[in-house]
Amino acid sequence: MSETVIEPLIFEKSVPGRAGLPWPACDVPTTDVARQVPPALLRRTPAALPEVSEPQVVRHFTRLSHLNFSIDTNFYPLGSCTMKHNPKVNDRVVQIPDFAGLHPLRPHELSQGILEILFEVERWLCELCGMDAFTLQPSAGAQGELTGILVARAYHEHRGQKRPVVLIPDSAHGTNPASVAVAGLTAVTVKSTPEGHVDVDDLTAKLTPEVGLVMMTLPSTLGMFEPRVKEIAKKVHDAGALLYMDGANLNALVGLLRPGDVGVDVLHVNLHKTFATPHGGGGPGAGPVGVKKALEPFLPSPRVAKEDGVFRRKFDRPHTIGRVHGFQGNVGVLIRAYAYMRLQGVEGFREMSENAILAANYLKAKLTPLFPKMPAGPCMHEVVVSGEGAFGPGVKTLDVAKRLLDYGFYAPTIYFPLIVPEAMMIEPTENETKETLDVFVDTLRTIIEESKRDPEKVKGAPHTTPVRRLDEVKAAREPRLRYFPNLP
Amino acid sequence: MFVAHTPDQKKAMLAAAGVASFDELIAGLPRELVRPPLRLPGSLSEMELVRHMEELAARDHLAHSYLGAGAYEHFVPTAVWALALRGEFATAYTPYQAEASQGTLQSIFEFQSLVAELFKMDVANASMYDGASAAAEACLVAAKHTGRAEVLVPDTVHPQTRRVIETYLAHSGARVVRVPTPTGVLEPAVLAKHLGPQTAALLVQTPNFFGNLEIHVAELSDQIHKAGGLLIASAYPVSLGLLTPPGDYGADIAVAEGQPLGLPLAYGGPYLGLFACCNELIRKMPGRVVGQTVDKDGRRAFVLTLQAREQHIRREKATSNICTNQALCALASTIYLSLVGKSGFQKLAELNFQKAHYAREVLAKRGFAPVFDHPFFNEFTVRCPAPPEKIIEKLAVKRVLAGHALGYYHPDRKDQLLLCVTELKTKADIDQFGELMAEAAR
Repeated sequence: MSETVIEPLIFEKSVPGRAGLPWPACDVPTTDVARQVPPALLRRTPAALPEVSEPQVVRHFTRLSHLNFSIDTNFYPLGSCTMKHNPKVNDRVVQIPDFAGLHPLRPHELSQGILEILFEVERWLCELCGMDAFTLQPSAGAQGELTGILVARAYHEHRGQKRPVVLIPDSAHGTNPASVAVAGLTAVTVKSTPEGHVDVDDLTAKLTPEVGLVMMTLPSTLGMFEPRVKEIAKKVHDAGALLYMDGANLNALVGLLRPGDVGVDVLHVNLHKTFATPHGGGGPGAGPVGVKKALEPFLPSPRVAKEDGVFRRKFDRPHTIGRVHGFQGNVGVLIRAYAYMRLQGVEGFREMSENAILAANYLKAKLTPLFPKMPAGPCMHEVVVSGEGAFGPGVKTLDVAKRLLDYGFYAPTIYFPLIVPEAMMIEPTENETKETLDVFVDTLRTIIEESKRDPEKVKGAPHTTPVRRLDEVKAAREPRLRYFPNLP
Repeated sequence: MFVAHTPDQKKAMLAAAGVASFDELIAGLPRELVRPPLRLPGSLSEMELVRHMEELAARDHLAHSYLGAGAYEHFVPTAVWALALRGEFATAYTPYQAEASQGTLQSIFEFQSLVAELFKMDVANASMYDGASAAAEACLVAAKHTGRAEVLVPDTVHPQTRRVIETYLAHSGARVVRVPTPTGVLEPAVLAKHLGPQTAALLVQTPNFFGNLEIHVAELSDQIHKAGGLLIASAYPVSLGLLTPPGDYGADIAVAEGQPLGLPLAYGGPYLGLFACCNELIRKMPGRVVGQTVDKDGRRAFVLTLQAREQHIRREKATSNICTNQALCALASTIYLSLVGKSGFQKLAELNFQKAHYAREVLAKRGFAPVFDHPFFNEFTVRCPAPPEKIIEKLAVKRVLAGHALGYYHPDRKDQLLLCVTELKTKADIDQFGELMAEAAR
């Protein structure tokens, strides 16, 4: 059976002999390649790249772009991902040729502009988070976690202590235990209370001298502020361990509360969330890691310092955990984040977090009549609802999420956190208007009514997207991970 | 900055939430710590921001660069970023909801196809953070796959890549073993002395850090395979328009820094880790992978697949902790390779080769003799008649980057300078550079 194709692959548009980008003629005296390089080192058959023209390429990728939902085109209430507007001016400043052309190994005399930006990004993050130092090297949240865990491990080992255990609440992101494993440590799970807070009794029982680090997400992945955080920090410190904060949900706190002030020792920040750099369909991100003073010596090398008004990169760091990036990290992302910081200014950040919290609580209030298991009390920047008991016969959260696509809304994060049955995690961010939030609530109400009246319609969703539900089992059983010219 | 709500709307929203003031919503926060004073400036308008950023950028203005060493200036066709920065791509999230993300998913599938084709490997993943972390993840895969503990890293591998590998391997049970390379390439006889029952893999970078092609790579491949280890090859992707791809000399895993394929230098990132491997290692591959399938109406469609390897399913048992990768950079490279095309890519490699060979001759005549006589691509090492740092400093005054002094990571090469010449340089540029260098050496 031949498949229907929405948009052919770029390879399927290729015609032998069609020229791509014209290069200028070679203007230097040439040498015979075959005389310079032994035949065994020369490629025998050229790579089968597409042979297409610029207009074909432009139309192909423009058409592909139309198959996506995005923040620029749709409300994207993906919880814990902070899908806020990415200001367009940031695309402009990052493309200024003198930034784009900066070689990472330039001497510092020729990099004062960029080093000032890196220095300032670190200063802003320190001030907003209440930390003493940040490394900007990690490329994403997960690499930030790994970096933070390695720094904590190095700190303990420097003091002659082996502390191989890391405590992680059962509501944590999957990257937390995965990063712990890469750092060669053991993750032990801490239970949550029915409200989704850390079970302090369980934590206390597990807080042995083996524990080097306790990882918390603040606000939690349930979108709630941890009411006993200061008490937890004290217990952690009394046990000789350090407190790590997964900063994925920092959008709720900027300007309102500094993690360092409640006792956090290490945290990572996802600049592609709170600081409005584009998610890019899955990266690039940036995951700077902040620490208290005692941990600074272990941060990755190099770091930027200002001496007598001159910015330099410092490599002489005997206790460093080493490098986590080939160069200085995702600097293009850092430039955008810096631009966002300057646009917001200190008051803008406060207003940002307040509006994010306000929008989530407004949504929560409006959704409460629709979801019987909605917890009481205010939430922070996102609201987690359980689909249990809310939908028609046999209709799952997954079905409702897919049906939302038919109405032009991207789906919320679903089935996470794992401790909430049929979870749906909705994060409106500060940018969505009240009008959008109202339409979103009306749409969910409509879908819930549909799920009772015509459950099959919801279970069969989506109906209007470019493709409908996919055969994921086929994809995994018979992995076809690349184009082959001779296959259908 | 823009604010979504009018004051009246805010009041209405607070009322709907059942509170009289915003502070009731955050009553659970430790009151004494809320709204701390912050020593930070107020907001700039967009107009002021643009001016501020242009002033900062102007401080770093540069005339010409002959610096490579792991990051390369290449021409980027205008259409690349005009398309990649379309909001539908740039402001989308990871394509977990496949029905609403086919654009991203198909472009990643095309990316994987292009990378596999460039390397002549069976499959490629959806990208890693950068070339260095791709190499580090490859070493972890090799150690797990073979159950062995030693990864051989010759001194011809980029030293900063080696540092990242050391960080990643530090607590994995595996370790880096350095292999000396006094002749500027890895010699089979030297490798033989380092092979053993604990050898998990050999990492070979070609063209290598000094610009030399690893001329013995086929023999090295045989040696490591006979010893029961894997060959991890790191290649400069533009060179693959001319040079043998890793699949042809038996690499089990191929990695690269993908930055030269359409990404700006941007002071080190965001770059693009390329990772490809043989079929046998598919289910051990780190990171996201897109596969082809069909939807319920029989239409061809693409989806994230083999997710049972990944952290959000497997948590601490995942093959890697990677989550976010470099999707937008992968898209840019996909567009770049599509625009350049089959014959254009060969021509690009040839231009790099010719310009660099011409430049090496020009410099040799100016007193900068080549250190090696191995074949090379677009980078080469010269011996300087004056200390390299002095030469770099003198050219910096003229806003020209002379190259990379090798002494920092290779103390035995204190008099040597590593230079790179790409298609961007004209004959006139190179001739003028020769004069500047001669002047600086005086």
